[in-house]
Amino acid sequence: MQLDPAQKTILKATATAVGMFAFVFVVMVPLYNVLCKVTGLNGKTDPNPYKAVPAAVDTSRTITVQFLATNNKGMHWDFKPSTHKVEVHPGEIGSLTFYVRNPSGKDMVGQAIPSVSPFEATDYLHKTECFCFTSQPLLAHEEKYMPLKIIVDQDLPKHIKKLTLSYTLFDITDMNKKRTAGLQ
Amino acid sequence: MSDHHHGPEKGLMRWVLTTNHKDIGSMYMWFSFAMFLLGGSMAMVIRAELFQPGLQIVEPNFFNQMTTMHGLIMVFGAVMPAFVGLANWMIPMMIGAPDMALPRMNNWSFWILPFAFALMVSTLFMEGGGPNFGWTFYAPLSTDYAPPSTTFFIFAVHMMGVSSIMGAINVIATILNLRAPGMTLMKMPLFVWTWLITAYLLIAVMPVLAGAVTMMLMDIHFGTAFFNAGGGGDPVLFQHVFWFFGHPEVYIMILPAFGIVSAIIPAFSRKPLFGYTSMVYAVASIAFLSFIVWAHHMFTVGIPLVGEIFFMYATMLIAVPTGVKVFNWIATMFRGSLSFETPMLFSVAFVVLFTIGGFSGLMLSIAPADFQYHDTYFVVAHFHYVLVPGAIFAIFAGTYYWLPKWTGHMYDTALSKVHFWMSFIGMNLTFFPMHFVGLAGMPRRIPDYNMQFADFNMISSIGGFMFGVTQLLFLFIVIKCVRGGEKAEAKPWEGAHGLEWMVPSPAPYHTFTTPPDVK
Repeated sequence: MQLDPAQKTILKATATAVGMFAFVFVVMVPLYNVLCKVTGLNGKTDPNPYKAVPAAVDTSRTITVQFLATNNKGMHWDFKPSTHKVEVHPGEIGSLTFYVRNPSGKDMVGQAIPSVSPFEATDYLHKTECFCFTSQPLLAHEEKYMPLKIIVDQDLPKHIKKLTLSYTLFDITDMNKKRTAGLQ
Repeated sequence: MSDHHHGPEKGLMRWVLTTNHKDIGSMYMWFSFAMFLLGGSMAMVIRAELFQPGLQIVEPNFFNQMTTMHGLIMVFGAVMPAFVGLANWMIPMMIGAPDMALPRMNNWSFWILPFAFALMVSTLFMEGGGPNFGWTFYAPLSTDYAPPSTTFFIFAVHMMGVSSIMGAINVIATILNLRAPGMTLMKMPLFVWTWLITAYLLIAVMPVLAGAVTMMLMDIHFGTAFFNAGGGGDPVLFQHVFWFFGHPEVYIMILPAFGIVSAIIPAFSRKPLFGYTSMVYAVASIAFLSFIVWAHHMFTVGIPLVGEIFFMYATMLIAVPTGVKVFNWIATMFRGSLSFETPMLFSVAFVVLFTIGGFSGLMLSIAPADFQYHDTYFVVAHFHYVLVPGAIFAIFAGTYYWLPKWTGHMYDTALSKVHFWMSFIGMNLTFFPMHFVGLAGMPRRIPDYNMQFADFNMISSIGGFMFGVTQLLFLFIVIKCVRGGEKAEAKPWEGAHGLEWMVPSPAPYHTFTTPPDVK
């Protein structure tokens, strides 16, 4: 088919508009996630368990890791760490539990989202076991102690002596329902 | 009517079915003015509530709906359609084309708008009220905590986006393919140049806005989690996507204004525009830079230090091409034989006041200082200084410049000068004190405030009412001019240049059916 110059212009302009719409979904969103992962932006941690590598424990320094548990707006579960801080040497495993209870009369699903501060320490705080890797369904009035095991990397920059690992608990019951409904 | 090809049809259907660029241009202008009054009356509600500290007139939630709708209506309903209207009217006449390249699509781009805005405004009457999350509709305010009417808001934004994209494609196709022989790109009037670049910005970023609202729609209804941290998403992503659209968007609202002012200042200085080529390159540079500065809207959201520094310097860089433009306008006026007819008054005010808005923009671009200014009235003062005496004064200037060409009548010049001075004083009275309350820490989008801000807010409100009422005078002047008045010559301004002045006033329904010879 022969196109006149005006039709070519229109075709190119339309293709640009369509391309930019696709750009949002296929480039911007994945690129943002990759950037967050690479830079530790927003303190987002690796969503998968860390495979511990055998390495000497660096006893020359001690790192304080603090824990925070917060409920997102509209989430009413009891949610707290068994201890507010642990002191570990880099390379050593620190473990604790988080207590969670669903006080409501209905079955719910919760999801804890971790965040590390300061940002630059994000990639040096590893979790070999964490309740945040999966969503947590709790029946009405059910309670649970959820384990967490962390390792501070030996390569943690020297000037960082204290880290905070903060969890925000989200109610994802409705989101799960919508997802299942969407799949059917 | 023996020869029905040479005149418009009669009756209402003329306006529904028209494919004539002048008819569609007029409809865009009237629609824009209606939205200007609607968005303006919402601003009156805001200023009335803020006249005194404390809550007296409206509920906080309704106040939030007013600030949100005021912003959305002014950006998408008033400023953008006004520029599209001017583009429709003037671009074919400026480049010697008989009409826009896609006349039927032109009709469609216009007629989508009334429906889009009817849908958006109707949300105010729905249960739970209309959008109340600010015109920037940050997630999760616009997803998890939004009123149920948000879905209609999303569809309205989709419709506006479709309309803008079609309008932009039409402008590009017209400029690139329908120029009269001899009208090379570097001979085009700057209004045509600025619109060509604006149209490219539109097709690049309106789809991004559509993407942002589509993600919102999916988060709200289909269980995705683009912006919901609970499902692995990130609310900060919304801000990146939004401002990747939003920053070019603010240039979409100012570049055509640059073009209008670049036509008017030489005409009333009786000198050619100083530095035409540098003007074209400056506009292109501003358009390019607009894509790499978006995060300066989010300095406080928690971005790495290198990010803060990059976006700070990139933003400051925009001052260079903008400075070139301001320099060129002043150099055009320098030693010209100036006269101050109404279009020139608005244009000179544009240069002065837009520059003030540019300077407060530079202050905001300093990342460490922005932590103090962020989300205060200083930001409100800044963007109203670039949009009111920037975009809107340029639209007034363009209207007063071309109105004799459109209607065939000269308007009431004395009244139009009253309109200018009242607008000028009212606008400065409204927005200048906002710099002070902003620096003192008054937050934006709050219906109540601390006693210490009371006096300045009262001054702002008085200025706001003055500016608002004055616009009814503008309506009166335009209607009076359409209905009659002193006969306008083909070229009512002796210093004006351009093909549009070669056709009689009022411009015949069809112009340049045979292309003019451009030397």
